[in-house]
Amino acid sequence: MLNEISITHILFVSTALFFIGVYGLLTRRNLITILMSVELMLNSVNINFVAFNKYLFPEKMDGIFFSIFIIAIAAAEAAVAIAIIINLYRSHQSIDVEDASEMKY
Amino acid sequence: MSASVIIFYCISALILTAGVVAVTARKIFRAAIGLLFSLIGIAALFFWMDVNFLAAVQIVVYVGGIVVLIIFSIFLTDQSGSELPKPILKRQIFSILSVVFAIAFVCNLINRTSFYHSKDIFDTSVKRIGNAMLDTNSVGYALPFEVVSILLLAAMIGSIVIAMKSKNTKQEKLK
Amino acid sequence: MPFSSYILLIPLLPLLGFIVLGLFGKKHFNTSAGNIATLFLLISTALSLYAAYQYFFVIGLTDGRYDTIKVFDYSWLVFTENIAINIGFVLDPISVMMLVVVTFVSFIVHLFSLGYMKGEERFATYYAFLQLFTFSMLGLVISTNIFQIYMFWELVGVSSYLLIGYYFQKPSAVAASKKAFIVTRFADLGFLIGILIFAFQGNTLEFDVLIARLTNIQSPEYLSITSAGFMGVSLLTWALTLVFIGGAGKSAMFPLHVWLPDAMEGPTPVSALIHAATMVVAGVYLVARLFPLFQLDVIALNIVTYVGLLSALFAAIIACTQTDIKRVLAYSTMSQIGYMMFALGISGESEEMSLGYTASMFHLFTHAFFKSLLFLGAGAVIHFIHSNEMKDMGGLKKYMPITHFTFLIACLAISGIPPFAGFFSKEEILLAAYQSNKLVYTVALITSGITAFYMFRLYFSIFWNKETQIENHHGEGAWNMKLPLIILGVCSVLVGFIPFSNFVTANGEIFDTSFHILFSITPILFAVAGIIIATWYFRFENECPEKHSKKFGAFFKVAKKKFYIDELYLFITKKILFNLIGRPSAWVDKNVIDAGVIGSARVTGLLSEKIKGVQSGKVQDYTIYFFVGIISLAIVFLYIW
Repeated sequence: MLNEISITHILFVSTALFFIGVYGLLTRRNLITILMSVELMLNSVNINFVAFNKYLFPEKMDGIFFSIFIIAIAAAEAAVAIAIIINLYRSHQSIDVEDASEMKY
Repeated sequence: MSASVIIFYCISALILTAGVVAVTARKIFRAAIGLLFSLIGIAALFFWMDVNFLAAVQIVVYVGGIVVLIIFSIFLTDQSGSELPKPILKRQIFSILSVVFAIAFVCNLINRTSFYHSKDIFDTSVKRIGNAMLDTNSVGYALPFEVVSILLLAAMIGSIVIAMKSKNTKQEKLK
Repeated sequence: MPFSSYILLIPLLPLLGFIVLGLFGKKHFNTSAGNIATLFLLISTALSLYAAYQYFFVIGLTDGRYDTIKVFDYSWLVFTENIAINIGFVLDPISVMMLVVVTFVSFIVHLFSLGYMKGEERFATYYAFLQLFTFSMLGLVISTNIFQIYMFWELVGVSSYLLIGYYFQKPSAVAASKKAFIVTRFADLGFLIGILIFAFQGNTLEFDVLIARLTNIQSPEYLSITSAGFMGVSLLTWALTLVFIGGAGKSAMFPLHVWLPDAMEGPTPVSALIHAATMVVAGVYLVARLFPLFQLDVIALNIVTYVGLLSALFAAIIACTQTDIKRVLAYSTMSQIGYMMFALGISGESEEMSLGYTASMFHLFTHAFFKSLLFLGAGAVIHFIHSNEMKDMGGLKKYMPITHFTFLIACLAISGIPPFAGFFSKEEILLAAYQSNKLVYTVALITSGITAFYMFRLYFSIFWNKETQIENHHGEGAWNMKLPLIILGVCSVLVGFIPFSNFVTANGEIFDTSFHILFSITPILFAVAGIIIATWYFRFENECPEKHSKKFGAFFKVAKKKFYIDELYLFITKKILFNLIGRPSAWVDKNVIDAGVIGSARVTGLLSEKIKGVQSGKVQDYTIYFFVGIISLAIVFLYIW
């Protein structure tokens, strides 16, 4: 079932997803949508790990474990990010990233 | 063209379309839903790749936890009403160009690399995952497991502290 | 070495005094500064006298000449193996003599200043400067090489600047100190060029090696320095003339004398020390040091002679017209130094006895005593009357008896009346002049007559002439102002009897001088004539001086205005130098150089305005830069490397 889909197809998918996430990161003005784009990037990395594990080293399970831990850490990071966004909203009354430019020249 | 190939292409299309929706939608809830479908698509891809446990974890944690969290935060920051502002044109063009260029570059790289497919059997039963997770020998993951639990504790405490209302603002709001 | 245990203390004690009083004087030592400084100088004087005794009597003659003893020679800056700046301490007849003179006169001045400068706010600073000066002058006279003497030369100039400008709240004092420093600095430029020529041609900076090389006619250095020439004159002449220019600046010879009368703005004890006895003789000392080299070149010797002679006559004429008593004494100093210079100049020509050298050094020695006595006496008078002008004085002999008596002794000494000190030294100079150059002798004789005239004009105007009634005066002065006068008076009487030619001669060999009674009659007659004319004019109050000065009319006016030399210098500097060189340079400095610097700063500012937008404070911008950077690096590493 897998002989016709080689690893490169899956890698194409994950690459495209990653760079879609990068585009979102660079373009979006709302902090929550930026967080969403970061989640997309993390997920594309997960796909990569599992694909490498399955096609190149099926006897080991390292890729799966990496993905499990990435999911756990991404959850923690999303929680902390939301907390920061809430804090920023309290001080600036907006979560537009263009408004948070105090560190400029 | 076997069924699995077609299923793979469908899943990929779902993932990528939903991803594009997530990053370009003008209304924030549409973006959140786009993200939701993208994550579900990824779980389907995991099912297709025969890692059932990971797919289940993906649905439970990502879809059921993180997307819900994001939707709560949208409510908490009063974003649910108006449309999202458009990005700056200069930045948009620059980003599109660089992203397209990057995709082309990496795909070129991937094409040129010759991967050797191994013929072994891919066994990912929960029993095996569980045994490996709590194994304390050199290929076991007991230590990262414990460390991640500490990390989760730290993240929990941290986000509570950051998001906590300080005493002055509480009193001001009471006045 | 019997000297090395104590000889370094002689210059280093005043240096220590300068450092201590300069750093801590104002706060801690303000009242006791004078006592400390005087004590240091007393020790230095005692040590110098002891060293002189050791040098001249205990070690004495070896093979009929006095040795040059280098007590101490430390290699400081070595340029090549031949040319090095050493710091050394040399003892030979003239340096030992100068050690005695400088320390003794400095000690007397320190003692006098205890009374004269009492109550000054910057008392400790004054003594610190005096100690610095004494250290520099002592360093100058003990130098072993020509660069060391140059360094101490400059130090002496600095000390003089500090002391002349001591009353810095007076603008005239500030102007005078600047003038002194600038004129001597300008002369030192010539000195430096002379040093460089000597160093290059003689291939050494040490005095003894340089003299040994250049006096040996066969040595390669002598041949190269006399064969090479510039504008038709040999390099040896140039070097000697340039060095003499440096000496002439410091010794106030014509035409570099303009700073000396103005330098009287400083306190009077300072004038006694610096501008009478020690610093102004530094030029004479320098010529005496390099005397074997001067003997090689007739042109340089002639320059020395005629400049000295002209200065002597010139100053004597001006001194007859001045009304400020310190200015009279300043011109008198210039005149006497002229005597010393031309005595050196005419000495080299006669091979045999070099009488002029000994006479010049003898006159330096005696002049130190009676000139500083004159200045200190003038200081006592100024302290009493609170004015410098002759018209405010007169009839002071009943108020200030000790000053009167010692001043009279000094005036007799400087006029050359036996048995006072000046008679012996002047008589030897005139004898040397008579033996070599009759023109010089004649002019010197006339000048000595004029000297007697103006000195006694000064004496009578202060102590006799008219009667001034002075109430509420504070007496002649404390014991520390009278005692120095008495000591110097005694010295002015006694030092004439020292047989100087037994000690100081040009080549170290001693000879005997005898007393030629018939020869001495002529100068004594000229001196007595000058005194009689002065008595007739100034003993009692009358209108003769006024009437006769009107008769001389224009000449009197020109002499009173010091022959307009100052105005000439001002014209040259202001109209010519400032306008032709100063203003264009200032314009270039402001509009070209400053504009360039300011322009580059402005361009940097503009550029930074444009670039600073990169730091926009927005995270997404930074992410873009980061992302583009990573992609570029990836491309570079994968494809190009």
